[in-house]
Amino acid sequence: MPSQDSMEPTFSLPIGLPLSSSHSVPLPFPMSHGTTTLAFIFQGGVLAAADTRSSCSGLVACPAAQKILPIHSHLVGTTSGTSADCALWKRILARELRLYQLRHGRRLSTGGAAKLLSHMLQPFKGTELCVAATLCGWDGGEMDDNQMTDVENSASLNLEKAKTQCLSTAVGGQQCFGRERSGPSLYYVCSDGTRLKGTLFSVGSGSPYAYSVLDQGVQWGLTVQEAVSIAREAVFRATYRDAYSGNCVDLYHITSKGWTRRNREDLKEEYYREKERQSGDSQRIMVKDFKGKAFRRMGGEFTAHSLALCRKVQSKSLQLGVKGVDCQSTSRY
Amino acid sequence: MLSTQAFADNGKMKDYHYTGPVEHRFSPYAFNGGTVLAVAGEDFAIVASDTRLSEGYSIHSRDSPKCYKLTDTTVIGCSGFHGDCLTLTKIIDARLKMYKHSNNKTMTSGAVAAMLSTILYSRRFFPYYVYNIIGGLDEEGRGAVYSFDPVGSYQRDTYKAGGSASAMLQPLLDNQIGFKNMEGVQHVPLTQEKATQLVKDVFISAAERDVYTGDALRLCIVTKEGIKEETISLRKD
Repeated sequence: MPSQDSMEPTFSLPIGLPLSSSHSVPLPFPMSHGTTTLAFIFQGGVLAAADTRSSCSGLVACPAAQKILPIHSHLVGTTSGTSADCALWKRILARELRLYQLRHGRRLSTGGAAKLLSHMLQPFKGTELCVAATLCGWDGGEMDDNQMTDVENSASLNLEKAKTQCLSTAVGGQQCFGRERSGPSLYYVCSDGTRLKGTLFSVGSGSPYAYSVLDQGVQWGLTVQEAVSIAREAVFRATYRDAYSGNCVDLYHITSKGWTRRNREDLKEEYYREKERQSGDSQRIMVKDFKGKAFRRMGGEFTAHSLALCRKVQSKSLQLGVKGVDCQSTSRY
Repeated sequence: MLSTQAFADNGKMKDYHYTGPVEHRFSPYAFNGGTVLAVAGEDFAIVASDTRLSEGYSIHSRDSPKCYKLTDTTVIGCSGFHGDCLTLTKIIDARLKMYKHSNNKTMTSGAVAAMLSTILYSRRFFPYYVYNIIGGLDEEGRGAVYSFDPVGSYQRDTYKAGGSASAMLQPLLDNQIGFKNMEGVQHVPLTQEKATQLVKDVFISAAERDVYTGDALRLCIVTKEGIKEETISLRKD
């Protein structure tokens, strides 16, 4: 029976990996799924954003879940899929990375962490385990602080140079081995075995909506402010359209000095701000005949266009002999 | 009484006919009902549960409370499948004893929560069908509530309802304790008396609308003086 692990005394490893049973038991309860998370690299580091709604087939199990989990000082992981799987596997990953750091005297790179997670999840391929995470980190130098600042300086100023250096030595073969690329790094790891390196990822049920906003605005040269506002906008648009995403947005920014977390923002405020902006801009334009009956109403954001169109209608109707057509613009209808 | 969902929309009785052989597999799970609730205050925590144990259309017991005392500062409420609730609480008690014997101190609420998460996840592919909520005091003496899903995902909250009537109670708690979706209201901190009264009212409402909740309410109030238990009777129909 699988549960003997939980009876072991505490001096051994606290818990082994969950043992997968040969047949699957039909579960009487639904598990939590559905989210929007995104991450991208820009000149100021890596930015990770996620919504905070944890849904359980129709019920919002938790409106204030944490979907971005810090793994260590320079690595953060966004989680998507089943929340229990993501939380526990991130915890196991954090433990393994810490052991690596203690044994080898340096932090494992983001790519290495991604590979480790991918290999740990491989035995569970085909089961109902569902983890889709993006690992966002800054690969630095040694654990030693003095050396760290040197590497950080060179990393932040000469990212491109470092890349080309590594490439040029790759041609030579042996020399590139063991030299780590330093700088921001982003990997996508999925429990079906996918492991991808990239500069922009969005994961979850709301990701199509987030991708559209991100593809429009993300580029290398963004300032931190701009990047933050794009990330927030992307999550906001996704929560607007996707039923399984919502509530608040969490933002984490990873630089050479580690990760910093912005205050969680409730998107309800953003929604009301947007509504106010819309009702302020748009003016309802009514075209009425002399008896006061409205036969054309146009409104929306292209106010000037609508007004011009109305004037055309007015002049045309005068030409056709319809009298008393009036073109009014009202701010609220 | 059968609920009206058994009848088709236009009021006629549903047609029963032979659909062919249907395989009925043995299900290792059963649903025994029950609702659990926990609220954390400044220096107290309340864990409350009803005491009805039901299965299908029958009531097995009217006096089966779902709160279990773990330590002097921690109480756990478990609802769902009663067999798994019993086994899980036995395992937690054993682990608490082992911790006490090897570390010479009692487990804190946060530590119990983290341990429960790993216990639940070790059965990821044949889960404990239990909805757990832990209520207690943290190391600084402030109230803490940890809510779990059946496979071990957890987080710290101020209030949480779990079990069969959770979908009815959680919005009410969001409004009354979290002051959500209200404009122009002063956010006053929750006193112990107000919290106790609120919990009683909330369970009375749950018993009205949820068939699996009722009979009696067991309240465990955790303060630094200890754990006080109260029993209030609810609807028995």
